[in-house]
Amino acid sequence: MSEKHQIIQVWFFVGVLLLVYGFLILASGLAEWSHPPDTVLADLHAPVWWGGLLFVLGLIYCIKFAPVRKS
Amino acid sequence: MIAAMASTAPTTLVHLSAVDLVIIAFYFALVLGIGFYLKRFAKTGEDFFLAGREMTAWVAGLAFVSANLGSLELLGWAGSAYQYGILAVHWYWIGAIPAMVFLGIVMMPFYYISKTHSVPGYLQLRYGSAASALSAVTFAIMTILMSGVNMYAMAVVMKVVLGWNINFSIWVSSLTVGIYVAAGGLFSAIFNEVLQFFLIWFGALLIPILGLIETGGWKGMVARIQQNFPGQDYTHAWSTLGRFQDNPMGMHWTGIVFGLGAVQAMGYWTTDFLVVQRVLSAKDIRSAKMAPIIGSFFKMAVPLIVILPGLLGLAVLPMHLVPASSLQPGQYSYNEVLPLMLARYCGPGLLGLGITALVAGFMAGMAGNVSAFATVWTYDIYRPFLLKTAPDQHYVSMGRWCTLIGLFVSIGTAYLAMGFASIMDYVQALFGFFIAPLFGTVLLGMLWKRVSGAAGFWGLLAGTLSSVSMFTLMKLDHRWVGVFALSPHAQGLAQDMYQALWSCVTCVVVTVLVTLVTKPRPDEELKGLVYALTEVAQEEHTSFLHRPLFWGMAALTVLVVLQVIFW
Repeated sequence: MSEKHQIIQVWFFVGVLLLVYGFLILASGLAEWSHPPDTVLADLHAPVWWGGLLFVLGLIYCIKFAPVRKS
Repeated sequence: MIAAMASTAPTTLVHLSAVDLVIIAFYFALVLGIGFYLKRFAKTGEDFFLAGREMTAWVAGLAFVSANLGSLELLGWAGSAYQYGILAVHWYWIGAIPAMVFLGIVMMPFYYISKTHSVPGYLQLRYGSAASALSAVTFAIMTILMSGVNMYAMAVVMKVVLGWNINFSIWVSSLTVGIYVAAGGLFSAIFNEVLQFFLIWFGALLIPILGLIETGGWKGMVARIQQNFPGQDYTHAWSTLGRFQDNPMGMHWTGIVFGLGAVQAMGYWTTDFLVVQRVLSAKDIRSAKMAPIIGSFFKMAVPLIVILPGLLGLAVLPMHLVPASSLQPGQYSYNEVLPLMLARYCGPGLLGLGITALVAGFMAGMAGNVSAFATVWTYDIYRPFLLKTAPDQHYVSMGRWCTLIGLFVSIGTAYLAMGFASIMDYVQALFGFFIAPLFGTVLLGMLWKRVSGAAGFWGLLAGTLSSVSMFTLMKLDHRWVGVFALSPHAQGLAQDMYQALWSCVTCVVVTVLVTLVTKPRPDEELKGLVYALTEVAQEEHTSFLHRPLFWGMAALTVLVVLQVIFW
């Protein structure tokens, strides 16, 4: 039972997912900045701000819920 | 219908870039990694089947609402919003919120205090083996069939949207699900449902944001819809429900209020074990009561990413979508509105996120089905009827094997659905047969101590048979629609709602009548199972902000305000 309390919280995994996806989407948005894809409202550069939002949220979750190593 | 989509799809809707593929691959790697990581914690039966009853209210609440947020649901209801307009929102508001609050406040204490592993498990305690076996067997069969049908539907969507091979989609997704659920049990399923929840929101929320920017806000969207579809009202939720023929759904407000809100939704959200199992994993009774109420707030917001994209599709898409049954080459069906909107606004990266959200939704739904199947098979069929006394470890192994066997049966069902497309509609209809009467049986059992075991069984059986009979008669001869659904103008969804209502009424009437002529169980045997004989911990010393009742009332108040706004 005590071992179960040491499970890494699901929020940490959520953080990892958002962090990685945020980074990939932000990088992809920056790479295509000068030649955006052929989508509606491409001039708003949604991948940049949306990817940035995901990255920041992911970072917050990763730090706040990082697994604690017990000695 | 899904098969029709597959055979007439013009081309693939979207083309993925390298970054999109990396995003999808990372998701598969992460869920498998989580499954293997959690395997070490799923040792006992309670760990494997109920995630150790260690989940917080937030995790259980998100998993509860997420288990119902599968991709087929998203695609289907976005398509319904395109077809019927904002009327589709009733399945998220009155068709969910009151039932979730009712589950949290009234029913959860009984499920939780009785320490049951499942809904059939509660029936076993309250009514005995007959009602429990009827419920367990039908649930196990229908769950596994539904899983297969959903699997095939997912593969078809992947083929239409991405051009992926159907066999590839079925095998890769189901083997991934099989591995992580067999490893970590309900732990894995719940963890991945929470991940899926975030994925779906972040993958889909950009569509309404960019859509509203494009149309100039809600008023601009309404104006464009009226311009594209003159003379039709797509943006009022109640004002067109006075007569069956006044709205595209062929629905009357009585069907929404009584059929959907009072019976169908109550039945689904309070007795469908797939969703109730998530709440049973909560760490204490207060968390178990709060979980569905927390879920209700998120459920109320889901129309933002499901219904609104459908409405925006009416406003901005250059082509008119058609029903899948009358799809011609070069056309798109209602169910494709969400992928079309995704392709409209999302380029590389964002597209991968949206597609991953859809894949995650399918896989989480499949995981929910197989984990619920494994629990019901092991605890409600195998243990009481086949092997009563065995070490706990034996039942955990049985659960693991069941997960894999259930998955292979699902794959078989998927291929069956591929060969006989019409089977899909019937399997989905079949699932509805059991839900409404089961609600009557469980509710009467909780609230009236006089109800006997025989009454529970015969009521459930009569309600289910009446549901099957009404469905069959309405399919065979349209005149029966006017009888059961109160109007010949009632269409499919309206028929379902009245069928649910009458089957629940039948169940209740038969249960009451049989109760009156049979002997009740002694009070001592019903402690912790019925309202009059159960002491539920009171919360006088808890602050308002920590009371489930307060938050339940808050959810209902927000619901009423939303109805007024979108009247």
